[in-house]
Amino acid sequence: MNIFSEFWATYGSVVQFALINMLLGISIYFTLYTGLLSLANAGFMGIGAYVSAALTIHAGTPFPVSLLVGALSAALIGWLLGLPVLRLRDVYLAIATLGFGEIVRITAVNFDKFSGLTLLGGAQGLDGIPKLTTPVSLLFVLFILCIFLVQLHRSRAGRALAAIRRDESVAATMGIDVYQYKLLAFVLGAFVAGLAGGFSAHLTRFVGPNDFSFSAAVNILAFAVLGGTLHWSGALVGAAILTILPEALRFMKEYRGIVNGVILVLVIIYLPHGLVNPKWIRGIFRRKEAR
Amino acid sequence: MFWQQVVNAIWLGAVYSLFALGYTLVFGVLGILNLAHPSLYMWGAFIGLVCVTTLHLPIWLALPIAMLGSGLLGVLLDRIAFKPLRARNAPHLATLISSIGASIVLINVAQGIFSAQVSRFPFDIFPVRVLKFGSVSVTLLQLTILGISMLIMIFLRWLIMGTRQGQAMRAVAHNAVTAARLGVPVDRIIMQTFFIAGALAGAAGVLLGLAFNSISPFMGGPMNLKGLTVIVLGGLGNIEGAVVGGFILAFSEVMSVAYLSSDLRDAVSFILLLIILLVRPNGLLGRASVKRA
Repeated sequence: MNIFSEFWATYGSVVQFALINMLLGISIYFTLYTGLLSLANAGFMGIGAYVSAALTIHAGTPFPVSLLVGALSAALIGWLLGLPVLRLRDVYLAIATLGFGEIVRITAVNFDKFSGLTLLGGAQGLDGIPKLTTPVSLLFVLFILCIFLVQLHRSRAGRALAAIRRDESVAATMGIDVYQYKLLAFVLGAFVAGLAGGFSAHLTRFVGPNDFSFSAAVNILAFAVLGGTLHWSGALVGAAILTILPEALRFMKEYRGIVNGVILVLVIIYLPHGLVNPKWIRGIFRRKEAR
Repeated sequence: MFWQQVVNAIWLGAVYSLFALGYTLVFGVLGILNLAHPSLYMWGAFIGLVCVTTLHLPIWLALPIAMLGSGLLGVLLDRIAFKPLRARNAPHLATLISSIGASIVLINVAQGIFSAQVSRFPFDIFPVRVLKFGSVSVTLLQLTILGISMLIMIFLRWLIMGTRQGQAMRAVAHNAVTAARLGVPVDRIIMQTFFIAGALAGAAGVLLGLAFNSISPFMGGPMNLKGLTVIVLGGLGNIEGAVVGGFILAFSEVMSVAYLSSDLRDAVSFILLLIILLVRPNGLLGRASVKRA
């Protein structure tokens, strides 16, 4: 027990960040699984963070309520953004979502000035958020999410999403409403990213307008790409590795950031399906059965 | 007041176009959206800066060296991040992600070497002279930037439309497989394309670095969105479109800052981008594309 508490004192925050990053990895997994490259998830995270933090601070709502409202607002904005943007295909979709984090930043910085309220703290951000995120609450949400994902993949909707990734045109001929299902994946991703944002705000006790930029979006993408986008557990593995790796690489100092980039390039070239490939997993099980 | 804004928009637009030309050229020839293009722009600026500060070269020599350097960096980028994927015929998503990874590497290496702080050109690097035309004033630097950008763009047009190299490039853009069958050295053409694109980005980096006198590893970030807006405005892969798009973006930015609010400058490009994507995804000069199943 003593060893455990010592470990927790040193690495507790890293573990919690890893759990939040797992949520983020899952949030982008929804869209990648459907074959969409959306870079808006950092922005959705920002919305969740700002809304939940503002609720906790100014309205004094209990943590679960703030969290849920934050995630729902992210989902709502995601729906509004998705409606027009999901008409676009591959490269165009990536371009259209790339600047979304920037819009969130500009809104966060200027909201108070234009509305005359003091809600979001402008360029300084929101400070002094009570620390309400606990490892248990994170694990609980993550657990529920995993059950949901297992159910989703068994369901009609899950199969539809996979079919759209394989071939959009064929999926459409099979009678799948491609646009509606894309919207579903997009909104689910926004919701989960919003949740992650709420957790992160109540863990770091601070939300700033510059936390949800393009580089944040890229980090989220790296989680899912490293882990693999064919199975949801890939996002968990990728997020865990990429959160712990920078801690292990402290000796590299300024060059630490390179690792994310190198991993993205290497994985996409040499391991295009990521670390977790359902085929391998099935292969391992089959070999065991044969024995 | 108004004409002053017009003048500002013109020289700024010329640099935007210069930057976006390389972006759109790579897309036109290879169908790759190279999100590492803004990093080449940043590296161009830094190479120019090193030439001036460490090697004490004059600025007119630093510019071509920076272009050469960022051009070679562009070729290297292709060899490492794109060629393996091309060989495998990987999907769009993969090349996009690979280019994002490459840009992270380029930015972090720059941050390691040059530090994250803003660097500046020495003050006396370019003679500070203000020319007055009635109520409108232009600095010599702005005029030079406009002139150099225009020269490079005219040279590029000649290169693509008037030489055999350009002809081969257009052939590869049209259909790489057929071009290869007809004896076009596709791989070499792709290398040349990346070199030209990198050199254009590097030139834009030096020129904007001079104009705003602020160079940092992160200067490519805001430029990325601007560049994307410009090339989508003009239609992805469309050379003339990128030039037109550059000026349109510069005008909208300058005018919105002058007459609306300076807070909106960064939002302008995104709003413009969204509108054009939704209304005319093939760009202002683009034709309707054939939908491939």
